[in-house]
Amino acid sequence: MKKKLVMIGNGMAGVSFVEQLLKLNPHRYDITIIGAEPHPNYNRIMLSSVLAGDANMQDIVLNDWDWYRNNNITLLAGQTATAIDTAAKTVTTDKKEVVSYDELVIASGSLPFMLPLPGADKEGVIAFRDIKDCETMIETSKKYRKAVVIGGGLLGLEAARGLINLNMEVKVVHIHGYLMERQLDETAARMLQSELERQGMQFLLSKQSDTILGKKRVTGLSFKDGSQVEADLIVMAVGIKPNVQLAKDSGIEVNRGIVVDDHLQTSVQNIYSVGECAEHRGIAYGLVAPLYEQGAILAKQLAGVENEGYHGSVVSTKLKVSGVNVFSAGRFTDEPGTKALRVQDDLDGIYKKVVFQNGKVVGAVLFGDTADGSRLFSLIRKGEDFSGREKEVLFGPSGGAGAVVSSADLVADMSGDEIVCGCNGITKDTIIEAITEQSCVSVNEIKACTKASGSCGGCKPLVEAILTSTLGADNVKTIKEGICGCTKHSRDEVVEAIKKMHLTTTKEVMHVMEWDNPEGCSKCRPALNYYLGMAWPEEHEDELESRFVNERNHANIQKDGTFSVVPRIYGGVTTPEDLKKIATVAEKYNVPMVKFTGGQRIDLLGVKKEDLPHMWRELDMPSGYAYGKALRTVKTCVGNTFCRFGTQDAIKMGIDMEKKFERLNTPHKVKLAVSGCPRNCSEATIKDLGVVAIDGGWEIHVGGNGGMKLRAAELLVKVKTEEEVLEWTGAYLQFYRETANFAERTSEWAGRIGLGAIKKALETKEDREALVARIDKTLALTKDPWQQIVESDDLRKAFDALTAPASPEAAAAGDAAI
Amino acid sequence: MNEFKIGHISEFPERRGRVILFGEIELAMFKLSDGTVRAVENRCPHKNGKLSEGIVCDHHVYCPLHDWKIDLHDGLVQAPDDGCVETYPVLVDDNGNVILQVSGANSKVS
Repeated sequence: MKKKLVMIGNGMAGVSFVEQLLKLNPHRYDITIIGAEPHPNYNRIMLSSVLAGDANMQDIVLNDWDWYRNNNITLLAGQTATAIDTAAKTVTTDKKEVVSYDELVIASGSLPFMLPLPGADKEGVIAFRDIKDCETMIETSKKYRKAVVIGGGLLGLEAARGLINLNMEVKVVHIHGYLMERQLDETAARMLQSELERQGMQFLLSKQSDTILGKKRVTGLSFKDGSQVEADLIVMAVGIKPNVQLAKDSGIEVNRGIVVDDHLQTSVQNIYSVGECAEHRGIAYGLVAPLYEQGAILAKQLAGVENEGYHGSVVSTKLKVSGVNVFSAGRFTDEPGTKALRVQDDLDGIYKKVVFQNGKVVGAVLFGDTADGSRLFSLIRKGEDFSGREKEVLFGPSGGAGAVVSSADLVADMSGDEIVCGCNGITKDTIIEAITEQSCVSVNEIKACTKASGSCGGCKPLVEAILTSTLGADNVKTIKEGICGCTKHSRDEVVEAIKKMHLTTTKEVMHVMEWDNPEGCSKCRPALNYYLGMAWPEEHEDELESRFVNERNHANIQKDGTFSVVPRIYGGVTTPEDLKKIATVAEKYNVPMVKFTGGQRIDLLGVKKEDLPHMWRELDMPSGYAYGKALRTVKTCVGNTFCRFGTQDAIKMGIDMEKKFERLNTPHKVKLAVSGCPRNCSEATIKDLGVVAIDGGWEIHVGGNGGMKLRAAELLVKVKTEEEVLEWTGAYLQFYRETANFAERTSEWAGRIGLGAIKKALETKEDREALVARIDKTLALTKDPWQQIVESDDLRKAFDALTAPASPEAAAAGDAAI
Repeated sequence: MNEFKIGHISEFPERRGRVILFGEIELAMFKLSDGTVRAVENRCPHKNGKLSEGIVCDHHVYCPLHDWKIDLHDGLVQAPDDGCVETYPVLVDDNGNVILQVSGANSKVS
């Protein structure tokens, strides 16, 4: 008869232990898991991604319900263990279920530490710990604006980042003088702070919270120094404490955590503990790697496999905070007797500090570039003496960038159950298994098999090193990154082939260039369709089936499957007639929302697909291309038509530009603007191309972006006349069309090739005229897509659903309704 | 097995989805480049994206919302994502009629 194993807790540490146990000895135990949350085991580290909207609950589940079923594990989800009878060997739950055990594992994790502030019980005061907290935050963000996060540690900053993504105003309160003081030194913390401030976070440092204000719901927070801030939501993220109450009540020895020995056994026979609730040699760990290490040892223990026991973990932290890589390990603060090697590069936002004591590396902090992290961590553990040649640690023996420890040594040093990918909890062994048993020969294949390096990507160099050391450098496929997974050909090779061999369909390109997938994928098909249209504007027939949904339907798909309609409003100038028309159509089709866009036009949102052609017909206005990789808007200020400061006619300039370049397909969307004076009210210097009037002429700025990656445009040229503005704009746009990667904004493109290259390409009048001739040829071929669809029965049909006959008998009666 | 005539093959442009209203269920139907027609429930298991709007490559469709890749033969979501959608057999008869085949169990048409 099988022995009965019961585990209290259904979190990452505990379930990882069960997985290891099943691998070592699948049939030894009948397993029951008691979990308080009504979910299967999920990746708590990824909760901030759920907040950010990058992942949903399903994405972060590590072991789904099927996993429990397939492994014959009884999961009591949504039940809390309330008592352990160590004499009778039973556990009782809050649903009065009594489970008996031969071996019991307590993996109850930790609880958020709630500051005992007056008012902490008010509505709108929460922790950041589980799915429910995330849901509360998402709900709150729909109704409220102001959030305060108490705690400037990792957890607090993750919560803050998530709230920013939910469009809340976020203030982070921290009792310490700088952020993340447990992982970073002051210099790195200040660099992190300025990066986060750039992202919109505000900080109140060295502030001690005093009272939470408000009646039923929180309205603010006051501090010991008498100051206060408004708040609609307060998230307490000051730390965690091991969840030990049940163990304590059951007579198990508890200190800060549940005390365990080197075999992870508690003071009571047959009861073990792993994870954040356990305290080993005085330390309760809060990071995922040590917890997995504990689980691995306990699995061996309970599987009856000989093991050396658990001897504690040396902790290193390698994380991504709001897109910034940081790493720290060991003792990284300056103390008497230590000396530090520092490299600080404010230009690229990189900081490295290595702390030595008696010539040995004892700690390190990295900010911005953490590639050295694994190597430094290994040096700390090895304790190699670098006396007199300390600088080699960062600069290599020659003072250059040579590595002191080769990556092969580094990998050889790692134990099999060491975590490589912290985001997904993937061990070195799992990666080696993917290489040896599932024949992965590239990092991408390993990512596809195991998800290692698939989330933040920080461990990619390490995965590469494991791959190389397992297969030998010769057998590793150094994948030349093609434009997508279907090919190894780069953008330039593809475009050259299209031009040289006169290829005019995606099918031809894929055939001639030997695509791995015969019909490509969602990445390459739209890209090829664009390159073909750019190279052969007349011969290439646009492939609707290779267009992304928005461009195929000439409307933007929304999250609920409805669409939006944005008519062209040249230069942002409209008329009472057009406004009436828009209003009439919006009313007739019950458009749920009418909104002004950031580009001075009107967006009709929530439109049913089948209504689109009818609305377009009744609007009788050109498409605004708000859905396309194409010219979007030309934003203007009123210029000298009305403004007392205006020096030029910005409105006319803008309308002329929009009329000339509308319907133009480009590698990515293109937004233009014209300002009538250097006050620049149309924000022309954060546009793909912005024109700013000066006395007696115009400045043309290029490569700006006001969106995802803020970038100021750079001055391309100053010209005198409106004709020159149109000529330079045409030449610039065509040069962008011909040289940028598909889906690359002008800002990325200009940053990549440099303003110098653009200036050079547009330098002579002949070159500009040649580019303009090519763009004019393309423009001459464009037609308004809405009108085309309205006029063509064939095109219009695609917008209607087909209806199945109500009963199979009716099928015989004839055609389905169209 | 019940059979429902949905339309004629000429109404299905190649590698483009069409929406089929089938009682309470919404289906996405695709004519693949090999001439066969496939039908799946028009709802991505990830965030309910309309698969009918996805890009079709051989016998796969990519959800338009977050690019999940779904095999139209068996409805399975491709790695590294995970999940499945309901599939429905479709037959194109000699006259080009597109016929949906529904077993009693998954028919919700009253």
